[in-house]
Amino acid sequence: MTTTAGPPDAFSTGKTPTFEQSAKRSLADTQLRRNLGKATRTIRAKRAIAVEEMPDWEELREAGRALKERVMRHLDEYLLTLEESVTRAGGTVHWARDAGEANRIIAGIARGHGASEVVKVKSIATDETKLNEHLQREGIEAFETDLAELIIQLAGETSSHILVPAIHKNRAEIRELFMRRLGAEDLSDEPEALTNAARLYLREKFLNAEVGVSGANFAVAETGTVCVVESEGNGRMCTTLPDVLVTLMGIEKVIPSWRDFEVFMQLLPRSSTAERMNPYTSFWTGVSGEAGDGPREFHLVLLDNGRTDVLADEIGRQALNCIRCSACLNVCPVYERTGGHAYNSVYPGPIGAILTPQLVGIGDSGSDSLPYASSLCGACYKVCPVKINIPEVLVHLRGRVVRRKQDRGNLRERLDPENLAMRAAARVFSDRERFEKAQRLARIGQWPLVRGGAIHNLPGRLAGWTEVRELKPLPDRTFREWWKLNRGEG
Amino acid sequence: MASARETILWRIRRATRDVPEDERLEDVAVERGYRTRDAATREEIVERFAERVAEYEATVRRVGGEELPAAIRETLQRRGVKRLVVPPGLPEEWVPEGVETLRDAARPRLTKEELDESDGVITGCSLGIAQTGTIVLDAGEAQGRRALTLLPDYHLCVVREDQIAGLVPEAFARLEEAVKSEGRAITFISGPSATSDIELNRVEGVHGPRILEVLISP
Repeated sequence: MTTTAGPPDAFSTGKTPTFEQSAKRSLADTQLRRNLGKATRTIRAKRAIAVEEMPDWEELREAGRALKERVMRHLDEYLLTLEESVTRAGGTVHWARDAGEANRIIAGIARGHGASEVVKVKSIATDETKLNEHLQREGIEAFETDLAELIIQLAGETSSHILVPAIHKNRAEIRELFMRRLGAEDLSDEPEALTNAARLYLREKFLNAEVGVSGANFAVAETGTVCVVESEGNGRMCTTLPDVLVTLMGIEKVIPSWRDFEVFMQLLPRSSTAERMNPYTSFWTGVSGEAGDGPREFHLVLLDNGRTDVLADEIGRQALNCIRCSACLNVCPVYERTGGHAYNSVYPGPIGAILTPQLVGIGDSGSDSLPYASSLCGACYKVCPVKINIPEVLVHLRGRVVRRKQDRGNLRERLDPENLAMRAAARVFSDRERFEKAQRLARIGQWPLVRGGAIHNLPGRLAGWTEVRELKPLPDRTFREWWKLNRGEG
Repeated sequence: MASARETILWRIRRATRDVPEDERLEDVAVERGYRTRDAATREEIVERFAERVAEYEATVRRVGGEELPAAIRETLQRRGVKRLVVPPGLPEEWVPEGVETLRDAARPRLTKEELDESDGVITGCSLGIAQTGTIVLDAGEAQGRRALTLLPDYHLCVVREDQIAGLVPEAFARLEEAVKSEGRAITFISGPSATSDIELNRVEGVHGPRILEVLISP
């Protein structure tokens, strides 16, 4: 099997299209929209029931938010404690400044054990670093073992949903793919039959793999315990059977103590798959030792790759609180229609719209367009299990995108009519006399446009605004003028 | 040249310059206003556990203490289990006569292939969680290594009533010692393995045991 590089995203080199450009393609795909509509509607309804059952849901959300805030404010201290705990338990901790460094560390470990294959449990961090492609260049084959990840790996595509990466594919497409790539014959398109074909194919990989690669949902500073939350059992396979386990985790995934699982393990499953608890969760602390239970060698790779830049933004920082549940995707009216690929990032949906531009840095037209991929309806904030105020960060990032264009953009960006207008407005708003004079001028200036008490067509480049709405004309007299006339003497 | 470790730590400190120098970890308040103790009676908790395990499409049965060995024998027979994996420390009376046992020990250990080719495994557990219908294994007595409950296609788990915790926080509190002092591996099992990756249709049995059966006894 070969790993095909997917289309470029915000974490590849080179420019990506804007959200608007990519969304047009997704919106034209009726099959995709049908799949997405069904999927998001189903998960939304199930999640509501799972949360309804919890009388202390708001208290749990608040505790989750506060714990994450504590971690972010003292991230250096928690990472050092984690390093100490993991080392004490027999593991090895590595630090990676960026994607390339992380990939080299992981490839080095695999090569050191003479492994030509590794089994992987779904990890968005490794999608972010493009680990599979790097390993392939090094002559090491990475096998995705999550069913959906296997499907998209075989299809040479990229994930379109954090939790259900193959949400854009239907059973007929998957059947055709398995027959072609796994050599499965006489396969029906029943989900049971398709799942069984994957089970048989992967069982052999699990039994023979020497090196397993995983992500981490959480890692506990106090004990060095790492946790993988999953449904299929492939996570248990990858973290238990191979002799060597390498876990790649973003530095923001550390949590203070063992007991804090009582918060996150209640928030995550209900927000994610709308279950009281997901089928399998593995917690391991270092290596197996005498008991021979699990890997003999454990490596934890701590990845920065832009996270410290996110941390430096006091408002944007909360994006690092994300526990990757995907609840915000499922409630987002924009995501429901465009799907994940339009975001051109391994982090799609509302959380992706605030995480991606901060991770890769403002200044790329593709990721700069993401904070605008929202109607600011606030549904994402309402469902977020750790209370990330996504609309607040979206607005804040729009401001950063505009300010960067004003300050450091090229000539075209700086002479952009929106920019010039905003600059003029800033000058007018900053002085009372100037503001009042401008109001009088505007009243005179608008008269050719007013028809029957409303403005229907703005001229030139402003026409876009009135294409879909009417504009109320300025009143004959402002409130301040009225006040001066009627009560001004008092 | 600075190491990656030093660079990342330096970047973090620069990024969090807004945090006062003298702020301690506990100065960032964490309100734990959620439930930490289940006020329900023991019987209610056991009953809720049974209900919620069943909702995951696992088979659950409550049996009297005396009836347990017979219930185990009957269950394994019904499932056609002939080659049974037995972890160290499993009570001998739980092992029915007439089945071939594959006993795991420190030496010799069962191979992955032997586990894969077995018909099933029988274990006890560390605890159960009523709130979520979860079985918790901690690789201790009567449970054994994690691979034992992973590769066989059938898992029969015996849960004692006094092992069942009401709420999730109670379970993490009970496990704390095993993790902190012994670094034990912990596995949460809530129903058989499952996927909803194909058109969101739930399919039971992907990589773990396809069938999970639970016997609850006093």
